Amino acid sequence: MQRLLVRDRGISIAGKLAAVSWPFVLLLCLLAATGYAMLYSAAGGSAEPWAFRHGLRFAFGLLLMLSIALVDIRVILWLAWPLFLVGVGLLVAVALHGAVGKGAQRWLDLGPIQLQPSELMKIFIVIALASWFHRASIERVGNPLFLIPPLVAVAIPVVLILRQPNLGNAVITCLLAGVMLFAAGVRLWKFALAGSAAAVAAPIAYERLHDYQKNRILTFLNPESDPLGTGYHIIQSKIALGSGGLFGQGFVQGTQSQLNFLPEKQTDFIFTMLAEEFGFVGAAALIGLNLAIVLYGLAMALACRHQFGRLVAVGITTNFFLYVFVNIAMVMGAIPVGGVPLPLVSHGGSAMITVMIGFGVLMSVHVHRDVEIEGEQPA
Amino acid sequence: MKRERTRRALFTRRVLMLGAGKTVLLGLLTGRLWQLQVEESERYAVLAEENRISVRLLPPPRGRILDRFGVPIAENRMNWRAMLVAERTDDVAATLATFSNLVPLSDHERARIERDVRRRRRFVPVLVREFLDWEDMARIEVNAPDLPGILTDLGTSRTYPFGEPFAHLVGYVAPPAEADLDGDPMLQLPGIRIGRAGLERQHDRVLRGRAGKVQLEVNAVGRVIRELDRQEGTPGKTLTTTLDAGLQLAAAKRIENDSAAVVVLDARNGEVLAMASSPSFDPNIFTEGVSAAQWRAWTTNRRNPLVNKAIAGLYAPGSTFKMVVALAGLEARAVTPGERIACWGVTELGDAKFHCWKRGGHGWLDMREAIKQSCDCYFYEVARRVGIDRIAAMSRRFGLGVDLELDLPGARAGLVPTREWKRATQGVPWQQGETLVHGIGQGFLQVTPLQLAVMTARMVNGGRAIQPHLTRALDGELVRGHRLEDWPAMGIPEGHLQLMRDAMAGVVNERGGTAWASRLPAELGLQMGGKTGTTQVRRITLAERERGLRRQEDLPYEWRHHALFVGFAPVDQPVYAISVVVEHGGGGSTAAAPIARDVLIETLLRDPARRTTPPPAPPRPDTQRVAEAAPAPSPPRR
Repeated sequence: MQRLLVRDRGISIAGKLAAVSWPFVLLLCLLAATGYAMLYSAAGGSAEPWAFRHGLRFAFGLLLMLSIALVDIRVILWLAWPLFLVGVGLLVAVALHGAVGKGAQRWLDLGPIQLQPSELMKIFIVIALASWFHRASIERVGNPLFLIPPLVAVAIPVVLILRQPNLGNAVITCLLAGVMLFAAGVRLWKFALAGSAAAVAAPIAYERLHDYQKNRILTFLNPESDPLGTGYHIIQSKIALGSGGLFGQGFVQGTQSQLNFLPEKQTDFIFTMLAEEFGFVGAAALIGLNLAIVLYGLAMALACRHQFGRLVAVGITTNFFLYVFVNIAMVMGAIPVGGVPLPLVSHGGSAMITVMIGFGVLMSVHVHRDVEIEGEQPA
Repeated sequence: MKRERTRRALFTRRVLMLGAGKTVLLGLLTGRLWQLQVEESERYAVLAEENRISVRLLPPPRGRILDRFGVPIAENRMNWRAMLVAERTDDVAATLATFSNLVPLSDHERARIERDVRRRRRFVPVLVREFLDWEDMARIEVNAPDLPGILTDLGTSRTYPFGEPFAHLVGYVAPPAEADLDGDPMLQLPGIRIGRAGLERQHDRVLRGRAGKVQLEVNAVGRVIRELDRQEGTPGKTLTTTLDAGLQLAAAKRIENDSAAVVVLDARNGEVLAMASSPSFDPNIFTEGVSAAQWRAWTTNRRNPLVNKAIAGLYAPGSTFKMVVALAGLEARAVTPGERIACWGVTELGDAKFHCWKRGGHGWLDMREAIKQSCDCYFYEVARRVGIDRIAAMSRRFGLGVDLELDLPGARAGLVPTREWKRATQGVPWQQGETLVHGIGQGFLQVTPLQLAVMTARMVNGGRAIQPHLTRALDGELVRGHRLEDWPAMGIPEGHLQLMRDAMAGVVNERGGTAWASRLPAELGLQMGGKTGTTQVRRITLAERERGLRRQEDLPYEWRHHALFVGFAPVDQPVYAISVVVEHGGGGSTAAAPIARDVLIETLLRDPARRTTPPPAPPRPDTQRVAEAAPAPSPPRR
């Protein structure tokens, strides 16, 4: 540890702060400001009860992100597996003592902060997989036996998340791990093989789902079948989107959201509300902003000189992308509702802090992009 | 290092693929968003508007029902109600306890209120108590600070100021049943009442009016945010009837101790001036809901208070039918007015004997005397000569056995038999003995008191086929012709009718006439004519006849004869026609004629004063009348 810090080419804290990608931070601030505005509108034109706390949390998250950005990337590499074990421990703790919310055990109550370990776990998985493949040559990546440990490492938390039960997050975690393997250079035919295996397993898995999860899938296939039951959210959301039109109904003027037809508008359905009040133009702008963040993150990955940083950057960025894509697709009725928030815009402490921790790690990669780390082990 | 380069190149390729893939995916979402927000926008805009706007109905005030002089016989009473909004009080039980100190609530009421509070959303007002009087309202308003959650509200409810005397005419209102739902959205309103009987039912659509609409902006749980648009409804039309409230009250009062019916018509135009049926019921009870005990009491009463006997009671006309037989005989030239027919107390036909009511008989009689003394044998003979079919045809022309198309639900057509009818319904041929029985108004004949009044009116008005009706005007607009000339002539020679009027005048005003005891007092200066009738409700056995007929008063009630009377006044220029039926009253001359006399005296006394006498005051001074233009029930006051 001491040795690592000494070999730091003598970059000072001020120097590291200067190396932080401030345009990227600006994009994040823009996104959080959008969230503030929408939460203000969701409360009918009031900073209470959501917008003000959202602002506070973002400020705290920003500090957290910058602090993590200063941590040397090699420390993070060194901590990869310990962090992974901590994450698994948290998931087990939640399974044993977690608070039950909406029929599922997902939250760990740590007094002031409620933590959703499954969110944190995804970042730990990204770091752990990156550290595993950092040491791997192309030849070793090509060896199926070499892929078994990371797959097992991913399977353990996924099973724990499934048992909460939180199908959505488990699927997202799998997708995230898949993208990591893809970026690490695993052959495409292996993905095809895994995909067909999943297709075979799907009907068996469906039988083992909880009723509410089956319901979500059925509702997704035919939302109008039960307009006041499970389909209600999706139908109301589509009505609100449609009533927004090209330019929207105006700030704090969205009839569907302001009159509470839109459920959970401050959390999962905040995108719908934005789309109703600012129309297609506003919604497309928000998608554009998110795309800019994603592409910026991938650019950071390409600019990095070590494989660990590259993979971490791809993983963090993909994690963020998956949040955005799943949330927006969900509110438009394109995929089953899964309780996934829109990062930095939706109200909710756990998600915001988790996302900011992730961006902290990404920023650390960016700050330490030229650091030399011991290369891959020989084949 | 070369290996590191290839690894980095592979990574770069794959990251570029990932970047492209993510861009495409977000692009797809944006495309779908374009579809939803721009291309299908219109469809969703309609759905959104429906989501946001809730249309509520404003029930208009129900049209009032007036007598011919404008005296209200059905009107709207202000209905002060106290409601409870659960979300405005911390403790529902405490609020109700305080309320109960001011206006006592029964345990039953309290249980209902608490059940309603649990079932409804917390901002929906729950009815605590309605029909509050002024004092209760004042007490509630003064103590408003101690009654969190209680609010008062003004609605209207139907009220019948006179109650029982008009019950069979106005009918009553009650909540609509499933079968009453006719597509009018107003019927879905909670607390709405529709006409279920009488004029309320006959004219329900016009009395109901058209509901107004208020468009409210509501949120997803139905709470009202604001009012967007208001369209006032059309109040129900005011129905002016042909009734004379004062006469109706007098007629109802006169028969209140009997099971009886009285109908008074204007013989010149068919207007029903009074139509009473007793016993009656209080229609106001229906407005507030009928208890099971009350309903049982009504339906098990042998005197049938719920039935309007004037239009739905069926009776054999008895001797009141004799004029019809006489007219049929005259028209068929089977008998002439001057021809004398002998009565020896019994007429024999084959083996059967047909008795006259007078033992020993009347001797030789012409037509006028036969009617005046109501000789049975004379009419046995006339009927035998004329035949049942011609009697039936004449009956129909006078409205007997015919649906008179009265503008009041429940009127029955009765029955006037013919040979054909008997063959068709009973499968046996007509017997001549039956013709004789029908000659004195018995047998299969069944008519209503209204039909008897119509028969009399057509007989004394110069032979015009007036139709009885109760509707005079809607919102001041007269609804049909009211002059005698507007009614079709029946084609009966004036001489025949003149003879009938003269004979009927003799019945009342000559010694020996069956209604001599019920002639009008001389000081009135006017005379009435009429005809008595007494009909058996069971056959008199030979044994009874030989023992000597017992007095009617000695018979059990159900065995006593029905007493009937038909009449008109004044004799020289008939204006009014009347019919009276007293169930099991005994004899027509003793039970029915005095009632007819008293009601006609009242009618004649009221006649010149028709336009000047101030209308009688409703007997309920505490009732607050709501003006016709009363506003629709106002929204709850805070």
